[in-house]
Amino acid sequence: MAELPPKVTIMKGATPDLSAATYQIHDETHTIGNALRWMLMKNPKVEFCGYSAPHPSENVINVRIQMYDNLSSLSALITALSDLDDLAVTIEEKYVASLNSGNYERWDERS
Amino acid sequence: MDARRLVGIHAERVTDVSSRDFPGHYPDEDHSWNLKKFRKNLTVQVRRVSQRSIDFDLVGVDASIANAFRRIIIAEVPTICIEHVYVYNNTSVIVDEILAQRIGLIPLNIDPKKMEMKEADDESTDRNTMVFELALECTRKKDAPKDTTDPALLYENHELLSGHLVWTPAGEQNEVFRDKPPAPTNPNIVIAKLRPGQGIQMTLHAVKGFGKDHAKFNPAATASYRLLPHITIKKPIPVHLAEKFQKCFSPGVIRVDPRTKAVSVDEENKRRDTVSREVLRHPEFDGYVELSRVRDFFLFNIESESAYLPQELLPEAISVFRGKLSSIRRAAQALLEAPADEDVVMGDS
Repeated sequence: MAELPPKVTIMKGATPDLSAATYQIHDETHTIGNALRWMLMKNPKVEFCGYSAPHPSENVINVRIQMYDNLSSLSALITALSDLDDLAVTIEEKYVASLNSGNYERWDERS
Repeated sequence: MDARRLVGIHAERVTDVSSRDFPGHYPDEDHSWNLKKFRKNLTVQVRRVSQRSIDFDLVGVDASIANAFRRIIIAEVPTICIEHVYVYNNTSVIVDEILAQRIGLIPLNIDPKKMEMKEADDESTDRNTMVFELALECTRKKDAPKDTTDPALLYENHELLSGHLVWTPAGEQNEVFRDKPPAPTNPNIVIAKLRPGQGIQMTLHAVKGFGKDHAKFNPAATASYRLLPHITIKKPIPVHLAEKFQKCFSPGVIRVDPRTKAVSVDEENKRRDTVSREVLRHPEFDGYVELSRVRDFFLFNIESESAYLPQELLPEAISVFRGKLSSIRRAAQALLEAPADEDVVMGDS
């Protein structure tokens, strides 16, 4: 099989300390792009974050991150990813709790 | 209701659409990510469940998160569908290609967790392919009444149905799928109509796939959300207009006291409103009411049309979401540990 492209690459033009960089994420769409952008913008050390899906025929998204205080955008990216994971776990916990409580209407739907 | 949570709805426009809960937007307020605060604010409440659909409220998340789950359910939760159709005989009026496409769309009751993905150059095995046989011949009924035109009385097998699919177990499949033998979820789907002398014989191969490759793999019939409507009555509605006011909204949304004719919003039922903005068309209600929606209050509705129970789809979407996050994180971590190789071109070079 053909060699798979790396999942994440740093695009040309990043600062040497990675305080401002654009990350190209392969095989991802707005699904991850918008959620990740939101979580990065929740970080007070992020000066700017935006994402784009450059072209419908290219299966990639570009995520631009610029940091205050010359901090590393790569660390911010990793933090945002693990924060999103915590968020997903929390939502699942509450959903399962609500489902297990049985406190909802059950009805019969004919197909 | 906190005014910041509301998206304003006016006669010709909407206001305050974007979320602003980011650090630096409001001076002296902390909006940075805080899991504890998030957990405290988050409400997930299942409202209604049937064997085919679920309604639940997701409150306290951003639209980007709600939308991610919706998109994943539609496009990235795997299901099993018929992908390859081998036609040995087809003398029906429907051509092979159309018939194959129709057969692909039949929802199957096979648990996707029990099968593996078949990549482009993989061999077919009992782990990644499920085989069905489909054979039917239409004939005349000997004792059919003379005066009828009803094909059900005149002919044997005048309709090819999804129920005619016959599973052919291979390898360990008999063991693995013993509890629930693979079959269409609905046996009454008409695939083709036949007349005497016409017949169909084919072999069907079902594989695992994603909605992003073909809509037949979409596990949901619909997966959607809308924002909770919110109605603010600014000053008491004149008694003689109470009924007219009530009729501007969906049934059950506005309460009118039968004795005093006092108008109020039914907080439990306001979700039923369609936000038609009818009330804004009547000049006599000008200034009496404000319509809005709650930005972080998502009313989800998911209809399953696959092997998944409707209440299983959100947890499936969450696990797909977490899988994506972990694969990106692994790649990012690798970049952190081994930076500057040849494909990283740094700035001022």
